[in-house]
Amino acid sequence: MLFFSQLINGLQLGSIYALIALGYSMVYGIIRLLNFAHGDILMVGAYVALFSLTASFDPWLVITLTIITSTLLAIIIEKVTYTPLRNAPRLSVLITAIGVSILLQNLSQFFFGASGRPFPVHLLLEPTVFNFFGININNNSIITIIVTIVSMIVLTFIVKRTRLGKAMRAVSQDLDAARLMGVNVNNVVTFTFAVGASLAGIGSILYALRFPLISPNIGGILGLKAFVAAIVGGIGSIPGAMIGGYTIGILEVLVITFGLSGWTDGVVFLLLIIVLMFKPTGIMGKNIAEKV
Amino acid sequence: MRETNIPLYIRYIVTAILLTSFLFIGFFITNSNILGRAHNTLIIQIGFYIILSVSLNMVAGYLGQLPLGHAGFMAVGAYSASLFWRLGILPSFSNIIVGLIISGITAAIFGIIIGVPALRLKGDYLSIITLGFGEIIRVVINNLDNITYGARGLLNIPRYSTFTLVYICVIITIMVIHLIMKSKHGRAIIAIRDNEIAARSCGVNVIYYKVFTFAVSAFFAGIAGALMAGNQGILVPNNFDFMTSVNILMIVVLGGMGSMFGSVISSIVLISLPVFLQPLNEYRMIIYSLLLIVVMIFKPTGLMGSYEFSLTYFLEKIGIKRREENV
Repeated sequence: MLFFSQLINGLQLGSIYALIALGYSMVYGIIRLLNFAHGDILMVGAYVALFSLTASFDPWLVITLTIITSTLLAIIIEKVTYTPLRNAPRLSVLITAIGVSILLQNLSQFFFGASGRPFPVHLLLEPTVFNFFGININNNSIITIIVTIVSMIVLTFIVKRTRLGKAMRAVSQDLDAARLMGVNVNNVVTFTFAVGASLAGIGSILYALRFPLISPNIGGILGLKAFVAAIVGGIGSIPGAMIGGYTIGILEVLVITFGLSGWTDGVVFLLLIIVLMFKPTGIMGKNIAEKV
Repeated sequence: MRETNIPLYIRYIVTAILLTSFLFIGFFITNSNILGRAHNTLIIQIGFYIILSVSLNMVAGYLGQLPLGHAGFMAVGAYSASLFWRLGILPSFSNIIVGLIISGITAAIFGIIIGVPALRLKGDYLSIITLGFGEIIRVVINNLDNITYGARGLLNIPRYSTFTLVYICVIITIMVIHLIMKSKHGRAIIAIRDNEIAARSCGVNVIYYKVFTFAVSAFFAGIAGALMAGNQGILVPNNFDFMTSVNILMIVVLGGMGSMFGSVISSIVLISLPVFLQPLNEYRMIIYSLLLIVVMIFKPTGLMGSYEFSLTYFLEKIGIKRREENV
């Protein structure tokens, strides 16, 4: 019984990682940019949700507002900082992304204070516990898992079945060739950022349901672990990000169950190192030969 | 290398005079307590940040990789030196020296351990794997409760970091890294940065030089960590988190990727600025991160680029003219 409830727990945590990992994976897949600020966009989204909830907005309005704010924030970041660096060396782009991440963290610290604020979960969702054959399951676990699976299906549909999705796949294969074929690369990149950020917006609410304490630095380590999930699953692959997310989530819960809660971050990064050493393309990744 | 007609011994004498006079000025200032305790600590802090940024610059600027786990090496050095110093088996002076060497070597061993698997990767993946190692080191230190006292902190570290010691370490660091970069090994490292495949086809042992650079960089990061421990007298694992690595990276990037002079100047400016601009302290990180973004967009090589200060050139400028045929 403990096993099943822990499994559900791990799936819930893994879903949150998977949602964030999808954002990393898509952006990295398209312009090879490790968007360090992605976790911090989630953090800003969580603050938006927190403030609009305390202002006693309607829950649906809160969710919409959170998603819209994170999406807009990501578009602004992309337009202001990443677009001028489209042809710059990868090193400068990576440093810029780190800079944006620190900027967001410190701006939030400046405006919202460094200490954590409790998230009023009960205003969004009345916590209830279901009992399935003797296993207790929280309603927020079920919602988290379902929302993640639905988001993944929608995302797969967008990428595989729409014109923009086709353009995204084209840009990820070869940016210059896609441009020659008449794809508006800038729009596609912005769209990718927007989709990733809206997933981060959804993720921020799911995160707040699971860990109802919001502080300016929640995005940092969460984002890093989500990026680990994206690499473990195979960067650029949607099912890969899901598999990676669930692997990390379940692994973390297992480590905690064995009473080693101090070691969780270490174990996650150890998994990253093992994966990078033996299969750098990740579980679902394709082997790409290096061009000389 | 440019030609000059200033004899070698004159250049050495001028350098030596400058270095010793700086040493005496600094010694006088810190010992007579003109500036007060806080500023003395600041001077020492600038010292180990110079070592950190110059050593990080060796990998980030010269080798062209971006490690994000520099704080991890610093932690290894800091803890190994402090644990050794606390034992106190040797008399004071040799205790300091042996402790520093131990810190450097332990950190260098970790640098090799991390460098070897990281070699299979490049660019972003290398950054992430070093970040992962840095975090693992922190987690391990946090959990080895009976050795490092974990999150409670390692207390009663002898405060060995005087101005003289830090100053000498800074000079040695800069000299060693400068000499390495001017030797054939340095040219090999720069060749790898400019084009790895071309360097390999010219017979540069890429794997060897990458590990070598990692190890040297980690060695000095370890020494800087030891100096930091000897300055604070207490160590907690959170001194060495991701933000510490990012702070060092910021110094290197703003100073100029591949400019040792830039790293030194920007360490001095960025570390001392918050003290002199107290009212701005709240905005410090906001300003620094904005600066980082703006510099990356408009001058991706950093403020100094790869400019190096040359004393010879300076001497020529202030009067000793070069002979015409040498131009």
